[in-house]
Amino acid sequence: MTGELMVKAEGVHKSYGAAHILRGIDLEVRSGEVFCLVGPSGSGKSTFLRCINHLERIDGGRLSVDGQLVGYRQKGDKLYELKDSEVAAQRRDIGMVFQRFNLFPHMTALANVMEAPIQVKGESKAVARERAERLLDRVGLSDRMGNYPSQLSGGQQQRVAIARALAMEPKLMLFDEPTSALDPELVGDVLDVMRDLAESGMTMIVVTHEMGFAREVGDSLVFMDGGVVVESGHPRDVLTNPQHDRTKAFLSKVL
Amino acid sequence: MTDKLSKDPAATPAGSGPSGTPYEAIKAVPVRHYGRWVSGVVVVALLGWLVYAFSQGNIIWATVGDKLFDPSVLSGLWKTVLISVSAMALGLVLGIVFAVMRLSKNPVTGAVSWLYIWFFRGTPVYVQLLVWFNLALIFEYINLGPIYKDETSQVLTPFMVALLGLGLNEGAYMAEIVRAGIQSVDEGQTEAAHALGMSQTKTMRRIVLPQAMRVIVPPTGNEFINMLKTSSLVSAVQYTELLRASSNIGSTAGAVMEMLFVASIWYLALTSVFSVGQYYLERRFARGSTRNLPPTPWQRVKTNLTTFKRSPEASA
Repeated sequence: MTGELMVKAEGVHKSYGAAHILRGIDLEVRSGEVFCLVGPSGSGKSTFLRCINHLERIDGGRLSVDGQLVGYRQKGDKLYELKDSEVAAQRRDIGMVFQRFNLFPHMTALANVMEAPIQVKGESKAVARERAERLLDRVGLSDRMGNYPSQLSGGQQQRVAIARALAMEPKLMLFDEPTSALDPELVGDVLDVMRDLAESGMTMIVVTHEMGFAREVGDSLVFMDGGVVVESGHPRDVLTNPQHDRTKAFLSKVL
Repeated sequence: MTDKLSKDPAATPAGSGPSGTPYEAIKAVPVRHYGRWVSGVVVVALLGWLVYAFSQGNIIWATVGDKLFDPSVLSGLWKTVLISVSAMALGLVLGIVFAVMRLSKNPVTGAVSWLYIWFFRGTPVYVQLLVWFNLALIFEYINLGPIYKDETSQVLTPFMVALLGLGLNEGAYMAEIVRAGIQSVDEGQTEAAHALGMSQTKTMRRIVLPQAMRVIVPPTGNEFINMLKTSSLVSAVQYTELLRASSNIGSTAGAVMEMLFVASIWYLALTSVFSVGQYYLERRFARGSTRNLPPTPWQRVKTNLTTFKRSPEASA
């Protein structure tokens, strides 16, 4: 399970004006790992996830994906900001799934999945279509390809969103509370797809409140609070035998 | 028919609910709305009086019919359509450009866009037309170095004056409409597109603008219908559009009112035709935002015909 280093964060800081959200995050995610980020809301876990594909710019420290600094290039001891096109190139290899799905509402499910490979990689329609159909079939929506997002349930929309991210054949998938906006009975379908994805060896970083999923599927778990990593380890150990008071307090509320 | 519309619960015959279980429909004496009858009669009477007054006035209605398809009127009609469509197209392009400039992170382009909108919305379009018309008083020549040089009065034909006057003015209004449309698109859409590795330009063109269109199209249709009528102002800059062509005939033939009616009939016809076009355009950009698109009038007619034909067997 523990391959080479995929994500490495060293003393990552992020502020919005006076609000200091991330206060020095250190962590490592290895290739093939399912890495769960848990913690109370406002703890900075979503912000950290968004820093990984540079939707947010970090203000301090170092953050790298697959050996490449995110958003910067280092020459000697100087850092240079990347151009928009270079940032876009970095993001191609990182898939992201949002809490609110963010499917493109003016396109059918199939067109949503085909869009990025055609527009970004310049793939032919036929190739993109073939892969999109395969991916939608994999997430169990082969009969829903022609539907617009507004005609799908939340769980179906989120599965289309996962297929859309997978269409770019990413080496890393980021999940930002993928089941938090779903009705309880729809959560299972999405988690099943994620479990299947984990078994196929995808490197996944998952911000979640689904402790059951974290315990069952996760390889590592980090508990964050107040912008710092409070505790980390194997999900079973952290969830059943938390060492820190803040972890204990949080888990007593959610478990 | 396998039409989706026929599954509409409202289309199911009376006496059975959507689930198909039969029930007894309520039979009650309806409330009598005497006030509605009175006000209806009053309104119809007033309308009849108005029509009568016009029919008895000093207007030769036969002239209206005779001149409706007069060649010079039709040529004016064509020029009205031409200037309205071209000015609207120019306005739309300028509107998108200035809206994107206004929203860009560059403070200089933002300020220039603001200035443009401030000036062209802040002065009457009639004044702007006259300024373009008299531009030769300021710039005697248009001189683009080795590429091009000519007298300003040669370049600024009545059509060009009308196009620049109306188009630049429209651009300012369109910029605000487009900006509102772009801002109406959820930020998550941009984030999702960026997360997939799409560039700023691709995100704008493929993801944001198509969704903004839903908000942009209705006020743009409004603007276009306004433009059809505002274009009558360009008669002041020697462009012989519909109103100018009609009143030319009117003043020589001594049929002023008659020719104004001719022009009005054509303006009404134009706005009606383009309103229908707007309806279909709105429908196209509503894809995905509503679960089922509303039927077009033609589809509605078809459904009504089929349900009418089927109703005897359905109630049996």
